[in-house]
Amino acid sequence: MKTTRRSFIQKTALLSGVFSLGFDWFESKANAGIIQQMNPVLDANRFNAFLSIENTGKVILYSPNPEIGQGIKTAFPIVVAEELDVDWKQVEVRQANLDTQLFERQVTGGSGALKHSWERLRKAGATARQMLVQAAAQQWGVDAISCKTSKGFVIGPNKGQKLAYGALVDAASKLPVPSEVTYKSRSDYQLIGSFVKGVDNYKVLTGKPQYGLDTQKSGMVVAQIVRPPAFGSTLVSFDAAEVKKMPGIIDVVSFKNKVAVVGKSTWEVMQARKKLVCSYSDTSNLESDSTHQKWFDEGMKTDKVKVERKDGDFHAAIAKAAKVIEATYECPFLSHTPMEPMNFFADVRPGSILLAGPTQVPQSAQKAVATLLGVPENTIQVELTKMGGGFGRRLNNDYALEAAELSSIIKMPVKVMWTREDDMTGGIYRPAVRYHFKAGLNEKGEMIAFYLRGVGLNAGNSTRQDNFPVGAIDNVLIESFNYNSAITTGPWRAPITNFLASAEQSFLDEVAAAAGKDPIQMRLDWLQKVKTNPVGKITYEPDRFIEVIKQVAEKAKWGKKGANVHQGFSVYFSHLSYVAQVAEAKIVDGEAKVTHLTAVTDCGEVINRSGAENQVIGGIIDGYGHAMFSKLSFDKGVPQQKNFDTYKLIRGNEIPTVEAHFVNNGIAPTGLGEPALPPTGGAVANALFAATKKRLYRQPFAGPDNANL
Amino acid sequence: MESIELLINRKKVKVEVDSNTPLLWVLRDHLSLVGTKYGCGIAQCGACTVWLDGEPMRSCVLPVSAVGKSAVTTIEGLNEKAEHPVQVAWDELDVPQCGYCQAGQIMTAAALLKKNPKPSHDDIVAGMSGNICRCGTYHRIHNAVKRASEIASASNSSKKK
Repeated sequence: MKTTRRSFIQKTALLSGVFSLGFDWFESKANAGIIQQMNPVLDANRFNAFLSIENTGKVILYSPNPEIGQGIKTAFPIVVAEELDVDWKQVEVRQANLDTQLFERQVTGGSGALKHSWERLRKAGATARQMLVQAAAQQWGVDAISCKTSKGFVIGPNKGQKLAYGALVDAASKLPVPSEVTYKSRSDYQLIGSFVKGVDNYKVLTGKPQYGLDTQKSGMVVAQIVRPPAFGSTLVSFDAAEVKKMPGIIDVVSFKNKVAVVGKSTWEVMQARKKLVCSYSDTSNLESDSTHQKWFDEGMKTDKVKVERKDGDFHAAIAKAAKVIEATYECPFLSHTPMEPMNFFADVRPGSILLAGPTQVPQSAQKAVATLLGVPENTIQVELTKMGGGFGRRLNNDYALEAAELSSIIKMPVKVMWTREDDMTGGIYRPAVRYHFKAGLNEKGEMIAFYLRGVGLNAGNSTRQDNFPVGAIDNVLIESFNYNSAITTGPWRAPITNFLASAEQSFLDEVAAAAGKDPIQMRLDWLQKVKTNPVGKITYEPDRFIEVIKQVAEKAKWGKKGANVHQGFSVYFSHLSYVAQVAEAKIVDGEAKVTHLTAVTDCGEVINRSGAENQVIGGIIDGYGHAMFSKLSFDKGVPQQKNFDTYKLIRGNEIPTVEAHFVNNGIAPTGLGEPALPPTGGAVANALFAATKKRLYRQPFAGPDNANL
Repeated sequence: MESIELLINRKKVKVEVDSNTPLLWVLRDHLSLVGTKYGCGIAQCGACTVWLDGEPMRSCVLPVSAVGKSAVTTIEGLNEKAEHPVQVAWDELDVPQCGYCQAGQIMTAAALLKKNPKPSHDDIVAGMSGNICRCGTYHRIHNAVKRASEIASASNSSKKK
């Protein structure tokens, strides 16, 4: 592993005794060759470095990525601290604000943070450690190779040679950056893979302000925004006379089809907005659930599809198949419903703009506000707050733009808050999708033809055409068709695969049953074929698939749990991680109930045992709860569920038990925020089928209409 | 607007608000006690749970005028050092993911344990089912309530000694 000095940003602040290494130094073209000296005053306020060590020995690690509950603010520093070889108790973790000069990819999305940053994080820690060792070696007049480190100390070869990192900071910061660094071997890991508690726990447990909605700034007013009730409605006019008479109201302004009520306090604004009288004009074809059903029906018949993948000749193969299996699956729109509703703070002043709030993509917020207001990006500061969940909703900065636009109009610092009803009815949903699968088996029960058509509403390509079992089947045809709906959509935890996997894994269970094969053995046979003779391009590693499947079969005692335990299997590859699951259903008082799930995950190296379990178990509960219970429906463009009294989220008395196992094979880590969710719906549907002999084709499974489509 | 006196976290405070204002917004907007969270505004999710004379209440639907002389306890007043058995257990088991609902979960759990110091698993599940956690931390919540009960009972028995 080589780090060239040319491609390294070293930031030193000699007078302050702070030694910091930039985060994104290597292979960063924009910053190649920069060696900066920073004065201590700037340093003290900067939030632009990744790692700093004070003379006291305190280590400050800056976590650049937005924290939505995925645990990145704990996971990133674990990697740096491991390679730096410090005592975790010496480490203070701080959330970095948006800094496009110092940090790359300050994004929470796609479960991509650890995959992107693993090498960078290790190198940040290892480089600093090596410089501290060098500084100590020079001081003692010994060879650096004869020194070792332990919990924030460099230990020399001779008796009594032991120096704390803090005492070496000044000397180390004057040294050249090493051209090569050595990483710890896995067997020496003390932090990586251990159970590390969330770095924000104390703040959470004592109610300290840290979320966007907790933002309080000097001179700040609060606002709520009234949006058209129906998707497809346009604001024509409004009468705010009564609103303005209400106590605490400062202003009522309109922009972009919306009316903002600005006031001194949240409750006053909530009351006043009820007095607002708006008139809207509707498009002639406001969408209802029945509209969407009609579109799905049409989409399944149209020949104007996009062919996403074609291997061999599906039509010829299905024509000569000994057996054909077909099934159709459908999911509704879903709201993201993070517990903290959308909100953002903006203070727009001439020449300088401050934004603060929950966003998964702060740089996009900066760019979008710059475009909206016609100002340079570098005049916009973005402070990152901790987020009360995101699930993809905060990849869309619509609410941040509202705050910026409103502040620019009223010329006041303002916090825009969405109520729960605003949040649930204000758009950006998981798209509704219908899938049709068809499989052809030969006389031996081997799948020789596989077909999928996805029809989505604002879903783009609703298939993942290169994913398993594609690669194992000779004749494949995968098509997508997208309807442009007035209902706005966006990525929702494990975009597309959150339902595609459920549908596909249910269908493959039907295929196995029709072929008279064990569903696990059928997948293993296919993966053997992929290993020896893959069909076309594949995006997954068959061996890693095989391993999670074998392990889950063993851990869940597949087929060995007796007649009263009905098992369902599912496996899926997404966000570069592999997750196999077995769900168990039992008949309790005459009704089938999912009681347990076992998951085996290959996400490469497990960074934080606690965080990893949280993501897998949480992802499974999320996947299970939404598959069973949740649905957002529409009547004439209006969402029919507006709050948790009608939009059902899973509660603690409805959860199955969950076991989370990890392969933990030491491969560079991949995502965990999403991959555990996609397989769950399929495992659950298959277990419920095993218990009831009834296939489930429509989510939510516990909904009223689970008839065959 | 009315001038209303309240007893919050053992301190007397006075606020000038409309008497219909829910306690939640008095805490958050007028007293800068933002640990109590807004989640739904209709008493469905439990994120806003506080205690009124030790009883868990949904502060989002509780008009401040109805508080009267009752002592209000919020997450900030439970134990500032996070040494309450429920807080200790929550940390030990690393319950929070996004953390947003946890103030309400903790206040509910601590009230549950006051009434029922040694709850069965079923008691815990039933007692906690009014609080939504969108991250799905329910298993750890249940285990942490159990653990808090053990911590409290160990500390009580050591005090007796």
